[in-house]
Amino acid sequence: MVSALLGLLALVLHLALMLAAAPLLTGLIRRIKARLVGRIGPPVTQPARDLLRLLRKQPVVSESASWVFRAAPATSFAATLAAAALVPSFALDMSTAPFADLLVVAGLLALSRAATALAALDTGTAFGGIGASREMTFSAFAEPAMFLVIYTLALLVGTTNLDAIAGVLREGALGLRVSLGLVALTGLVVAIAENGRIPVDNPATHLELTMVHEAMVLEYSGRHLALIEAGAMLRLLLWASLLAAVFAPFGMANADAPLRWLPAIGLWAVKLGLLAAVLALFETGTAKMRVFRVPEFLGIAVLLGLLAAIFLFISQGFA
Amino acid sequence: MVWNRIARTLRAGPLTEPAGAADEATAHALAERLHAASQARLGRSLAIRQVDAGSCNGCELEIHMLNSVVYDLERFGLHFVASPRHADVLLVTGPVTKSMHDALLRTHGATPDPKWVVAVGDCAIDGGVFKGSYAITGGTDSAVPVDLTIRGCPPSPAALLDGLRSLVEANGR
Repeated sequence: MVSALLGLLALVLHLALMLAAAPLLTGLIRRIKARLVGRIGPPVTQPARDLLRLLRKQPVVSESASWVFRAAPATSFAATLAAAALVPSFALDMSTAPFADLLVVAGLLALSRAATALAALDTGTAFGGIGASREMTFSAFAEPAMFLVIYTLALLVGTTNLDAIAGVLREGALGLRVSLGLVALTGLVVAIAENGRIPVDNPATHLELTMVHEAMVLEYSGRHLALIEAGAMLRLLLWASLLAAVFAPFGMANADAPLRWLPAIGLWAVKLGLLAAVLALFETGTAKMRVFRVPEFLGIAVLLGLLAAIFLFISQGFA
Repeated sequence: MVWNRIARTLRAGPLTEPAGAADEATAHALAERLHAASQARLGRSLAIRQVDAGSCNGCELEIHMLNSVVYDLERFGLHFVASPRHADVLLVTGPVTKSMHDALLRTHGATPDPKWVVAVGDCAIDGGVFKGSYAITGGTDSAVPVDLTIRGCPPSPAALLDGLRSLVEANGR
């Protein structure tokens, strides 16, 4: 009874932290990127201010838009939020742990993406169509890579439950493995593609022809746009937490030991900060790829994922 | 190598020129107008859409500099966006030629309320060197209501920054 209550409490705290930290993480990355090119940059709270500004505006909806256009932002955000409730941040064994299947997380993220792509097609503008077709092309390559990651982790640990995987990897019983390294690389590439970061997509672009994710949301305004932007920020945090939970799970607390929560939250923040710094450095140092080269980039991820699974078979046998 | 450059930039610190205080009088006047129209305040965050209504691109060159390391517009909570639907501020340049008149009207219509129109450069204010020409409708206010003007042919990035900052100040208090 007490542990169930603590699990629920950890979940509520987790969701509150995720929602609060999502704009801050995006703001932190922008700030670091500005510093790396020699600008002062916006304050870390700027993305949160941007969201508040959008909520105060009167949305404009095109005459040719159907209910799909109006339903998509909420659907997309809700799916991302549901996925965020499943991915552990600071504590394992939250109330959602039994459902925290990696396949469910991947499915929810795919639902969110499909809703945005449908909405982009709905208004019939040229850039919406370009964005939707590119996003779907990329995800057709990113999803197999994601499933190979899940497959290899499932082979290693014996379950696709994210909470259980993080639990086993936290104990360090598996040690260092080639497969785990390859899977980590694949996961990083998939995360970059899913979040539309450089070199797959440029989140700060103003050139419509190079846009992928941005091109899909050009028609949105006001609170609709706020939901979509908040969803994108939450997805970035979700991926950062997911990578941290699987590949750097040390220091995560258990939901039934509330005294350990505070240091675990601190450690989670440190991990996110490190990831933000690495991402900012990588994005400043590399250029965006030509759209037609992205499938090759994602193909490498699929290949690495496949290698990870094959190495595992070689080292363990088929037993 | 790009990594060496990044390391050097980090060591040297930001190259952005420090900004003085915002233009208090203009900000106050804008805030008064907001209050009179009982318009919602958007806070210290504004998205800008640049509209070229027949400009010679002189103003655009200066506007472009706002994104550079020296002026760094983003530190004040301002940023450029790719769609009028995302925008709060329309930055209009050029004397509004007959061909661009309709485009400007439609951009204004596509921008969600509350919104501001800023006329940038002498052409956008009254037609500038093209005043009296048969090919222009003459200044931004011949098409849409103007909230703020920034003079110059072209205005310097510092002048642009002053004008835009007073808009942020008016929204932020």
